[in-house]
Amino acid sequence: MSEEVQIDQEVYDRLIAEGKSERIARAKAKAASVRKGKVAAGQELGPKSPEENQQALAAFRERSGGGAATAGAGGGAATATKEVPASRLSPEERAARVSASLGGNGNGGSIGVPASSAHTHRLLALVPPAGIQQVQSKQQDKVYTWPHLLIVEFVALLAMTAVVLVTSFFLDAPLGALANPNLTPNPSKAPWYFLGLQELLRYFHPMVAGVTIPGVGLIVLGAAAYVDKNPSAKPENRKFANMAMTFFLVMWTVFVFAGSFFRGPGFNWVWPWVDGLFFEL
Amino acid sequence: MSRMSDFLSDVKQRREELKAKRPSSFGEVKTSVQDNVIWKSIFRPGSIYRKGYRDTSRDRALAAMNNVLYHLHPVKVKRHGLKLTYTYCLGGLSFFLFILLTITGIFLMFFYRPTAGAGSELAYLDMRNLSASVTFGNLVRNMHRWGAHLMVFTVFLHMARVFYHGAYKPPREFNWVVGVILLTLTLLLSFTGYLLPWDQLAIWAVTVGTEMMGFTPVFGKQVQFVLLGGVEIGPNTLLRWYVLHVLFVPFVTVIFLAVHFWRIRKDGGISGPL
Repeated sequence: MSEEVQIDQEVYDRLIAEGKSERIARAKAKAASVRKGKVAAGQELGPKSPEENQQALAAFRERSGGGAATAGAGGGAATATKEVPASRLSPEERAARVSASLGGNGNGGSIGVPASSAHTHRLLALVPPAGIQQVQSKQQDKVYTWPHLLIVEFVALLAMTAVVLVTSFFLDAPLGALANPNLTPNPSKAPWYFLGLQELLRYFHPMVAGVTIPGVGLIVLGAAAYVDKNPSAKPENRKFANMAMTFFLVMWTVFVFAGSFFRGPGFNWVWPWVDGLFFEL
Repeated sequence: MSRMSDFLSDVKQRREELKAKRPSSFGEVKTSVQDNVIWKSIFRPGSIYRKGYRDTSRDRALAAMNNVLYHLHPVKVKRHGLKLTYTYCLGGLSFFLFILLTITGIFLMFFYRPTAGAGSELAYLDMRNLSASVTFGNLVRNMHRWGAHLMVFTVFLHMARVFYHGAYKPPREFNWVVGVILLTLTLLLSFTGYLLPWDQLAIWAVTVGTEMMGFTPVFGKQVQFVLLGGVEIGPNTLLRWYVLHVLFVPFVTVIFLAVHFWRIRKDGGISGPL
């Protein structure tokens, strides 16, 4: 692999234009370039004719010396289990050829089957590393759940337990007077997470504030995963999505805060530092 | 006489033999316990309680595999997901709060009867008793109350975190929808529990909430009637919301939680890295 095979740019462009994948176009363009080179060197393309094959075989046997050649020529009577036609390589010859092509010195260079073997296995091809298709997905950087994740989770669990316990020790949950349907407290407030909706009641018809907005809101929230077609998860690639979400979250927080702390008797606007808090958890 | 001494020496010898058989050290006791049929039936092959734990890759993997938590966690997780500032543990903490609320809730159920109405205000009386005379009653009730508010908050933050990480993108779209359903169920769990103390705060907060519900087009009034067990909040409402709060909504929530956790693993674990 000393020199990189050049690709035939013309063929490559044509195949890309035909909609072939980049990988296939590149492979075909490489093959075209190799073929061009052979034609330029005066070689013939395509499979060799039987005569040529015989010539090449004879030339090889001559090169590789007497032993293998006689054994092969003798029909393999001494070593081979099966009659090998003279027009084909005997296993020994094949091993010698592989060994030669691997730069071996002729003895023990076989990487497949020992030269004396009667097995039918053989080395089919040597594939250069560049020819092996690379697997795209990377090996992920992973760690064992135990101890790494479980310890983090356990510490988080302990911390949360501590927070809840300490809060509960020092802060008592409210318990008002017995329920009385005839005595409406002023103001009457929903739980804090619904106070944004109650705040909206000041501006919209109850059907809009109490049903349409939360209903549509939840549906849009669920559908967001299907509406957002942007494949990237990187913040810099999804400025609009992040901006829209932040806008709604901030708006919602403002409404909840307004309903919680800035609404007093009659659900009218108050300033908590002037009129005090009208809020219970 | 000789038979007697034979017998005695026999007994002596037998005693020596038994003594030799008796385990002599803690290690031997441990081995015999761990070799026991019952012990082996409890702890699976490869369990650290059978073979002991050495800090090797094999034992780390087995510790996860031979644990019931294997239903939640795979043997290995992506390293970037361990970083506290990636998840802030919000999903896990929401689930933990759900468990904490289940445990404290079961405790509270021992001391609470969902009964109201003139002359039999048991619900409210039980609340008073719980705070005043039940051992740890006040503390557990506080934990249940604050834990509930905290859970609404952590679920909400979890949703925001998942959104900002784009963790709802394919193949996780459906799990996002399950998450939105779980957010709704969390609000329902909290809201149904809000009525149970049966004090002024409870019924008027729920009155405000259910009045909004009544404005749903077409079937709003019917839904409101079914949920209240009448045209306005009364003893029927309390019983209904009690059953919804302690059985129905948790049941549905657990099913969606199971799907939620299962899909996290099926969709390739934690999202990212960004």
